[in-house]
Amino acid sequence: MLTVATGNKAVAAAVKEAKPAVVAAYPITPQTEVVEQIAEYVTAGDMDARYIPVESEHSAMTACIGASITGVRSFTATSSHGLLYMHEMLHWAAGARLPIVMANVNRALGPGWNVWAEHSDAFSQRDTGWLQFFVATVQEAYDTTLMAFRIAEDTGILLPVMVNMDGFLLSHIMQSLETVEIGDYIPPMVLPHKIDTENPTGYGALTGPNDHYKFRWDMERAMRHSASVIRDAEEEFARRFGRKYGPTDEYLCDDADVLIVSMGTLGKEAEVSVDILRKEGIKAGSMRVRWFRPFPELDIRGRDLVVLDRGYSFGFGGVLTDSIKSRYRDAPIFSVVAGLGGQEVTYDDIAEFVRNRRMGEEYWFGVDA
Amino acid sequence: MSEIPKEEYLEKCTTACAGCTSSLTLRYVLKAAGPDTVLVVPACCTSILQGIYPNTAFNVPVYNIAFAAAAACASGMSEAFASMGKKTNVIVYAGDGGTVDIGIQALSGALERGTDFLYICYDNEAYGNTGMQRSGATPMGARTTTTPGGKTDAKKDLDRIVAAHNIPYQATATPAYPKDLYEKVKTALATPGPSFIHVLVPCPPGWRIASDMSVTVGKLAVKTGSWVLWERKYGELSISSPSKGAMKKRAPLRDYLSVQGRFKGISDPAVHELEQAIEKNLAELAKQEAGEC
Repeated sequence: MLTVATGNKAVAAAVKEAKPAVVAAYPITPQTEVVEQIAEYVTAGDMDARYIPVESEHSAMTACIGASITGVRSFTATSSHGLLYMHEMLHWAAGARLPIVMANVNRALGPGWNVWAEHSDAFSQRDTGWLQFFVATVQEAYDTTLMAFRIAEDTGILLPVMVNMDGFLLSHIMQSLETVEIGDYIPPMVLPHKIDTENPTGYGALTGPNDHYKFRWDMERAMRHSASVIRDAEEEFARRFGRKYGPTDEYLCDDADVLIVSMGTLGKEAEVSVDILRKEGIKAGSMRVRWFRPFPELDIRGRDLVVLDRGYSFGFGGVLTDSIKSRYRDAPIFSVVAGLGGQEVTYDDIAEFVRNRRMGEEYWFGVDA
Repeated sequence: MSEIPKEEYLEKCTTACAGCTSSLTLRYVLKAAGPDTVLVVPACCTSILQGIYPNTAFNVPVYNIAFAAAAACASGMSEAFASMGKKTNVIVYAGDGGTVDIGIQALSGALERGTDFLYICYDNEAYGNTGMQRSGATPMGARTTTTPGGKTDAKKDLDRIVAAHNIPYQATATPAYPKDLYEKVKTALATPGPSFIHVLVPCPPGWRIASDMSVTVGKLAVKTGSWVLWERKYGELSISSPSKGAMKKRAPLRDYLSVQGRFKGISDPAVHELEQAIEKNLAELAKQEAGEC
């Protein structure tokens, strides 16, 4: 069905379609509309789920863990400080191999209070063992949330999945949305290690130095395997519903001399910048990274990269830049730190970054000359 | 009074200290609960004494969870079982640190939301698992590894905090009176909605008592009025019979304190404050039982 929705409402609509048994959530700007809409669905009887209005995000993630280990589907949504308050339990969810799906509406961290878009919240959870996707349109938020359940619950993965979208720039933006009837695209959840009182066992008991690393290696093995599962989920989604996604969203990259590499809504701005630059004779392309973990292979050979970072690792550099540098040591990169705390970054600004790129350097937009 | 079942859900291979009354408590809890039960255990002595992966000494599923998280985990689990139409008992078994300190927010939330579960706080009045540091539940005057001169603050009044949530069933217990404990667990599990039982568990290494003295010390706690056994069903409080007797003729507090190494050298003013707290508590409970407040 064709409709119009905000990013938040699109996520809520996708969750309704995925039919989780339990949703536990705590409100935080700019995520509130996701959980309000789900609470409405449940109250109106449009969604047969238990909605647990927990007293904190730490408890939101914990309640999802408690539900998930019984073998049922669970969902939560958060943002910013809420995500950080969950931090301990994000490790727990991944370590316990629970296929929880969460929407994270990317927002800056205090102090001072800032409710606008930044990726620092998600970046600070990079090493928790969660798969992370970054989306850039309302439709993509909806579609990726649906795919997230299928990917997380794949018995070869069984890791939680976070779907990230920029606060306000996407969460509160209205765009057209084509909803689907999901059918058996998401098979019933089968958790091989679910709690069974007929076969009692311990979960998460004391695990010594001779065993702990084996569990961690098993997580990494699942993470490495996840690339093929995600591809399969994306291809099957395209077959059934006609919309194709991949590890990156590429715009005029094939013949480009310079690539604008970004995540989230900056990638959509960058496409307009590419059109402007091409009119000037600069062969630019936009490569928007959709998968942050697992981090995908990027086809960047032989091109200059202008990497836009909406999050920073103090004392080192931009976080997306860091991931690219780690994998492609010799890649020529102009690292641009832009859009922190909702700082406005227009397509004209991005075009200017490309024109004035200084390979090998870092540039803080609004600070550096 | 029903017969306590012979079935054991705690095998003899736990790594508990000799004379551990928390293990004794859990033994009766599981006898009362039966096999269709899941234990949710935050960081505490029970995280350790259940066994080391891949072994477990418990014959019910045990879900270990982070320190602050037990009640929230039970919330999710209880709702999930309900969504499947299952009647499985969800029991949090948490220490005093995981309850009165780091876990109190999640506990309060779960109680306020009417979560259908039983929360048992087994209280040895310190962080036993990490080597007896003081907790909010440590009584005044007790020496711990972080109060080497004796604690100068009073024990946090957990029961009145829980009572403020007006839950359907709340009780206190100690395994020195196992039938009382067993019956209270039975009642709690038969009551829909949240239930809470606060169990005093004398701890031989922490309280510096001989391992064959832990039950005796539990009895002394009750006989001196330091620990009062009661239950509250839908707002109606009744003092349990072992404490009824104790309230008629209380044993001197010194009998309880002097057998425990942790109170060695306790000051007279601290003893006086403990004595006053006991009298105040007993008077308030008597009034509540009489329906006067």
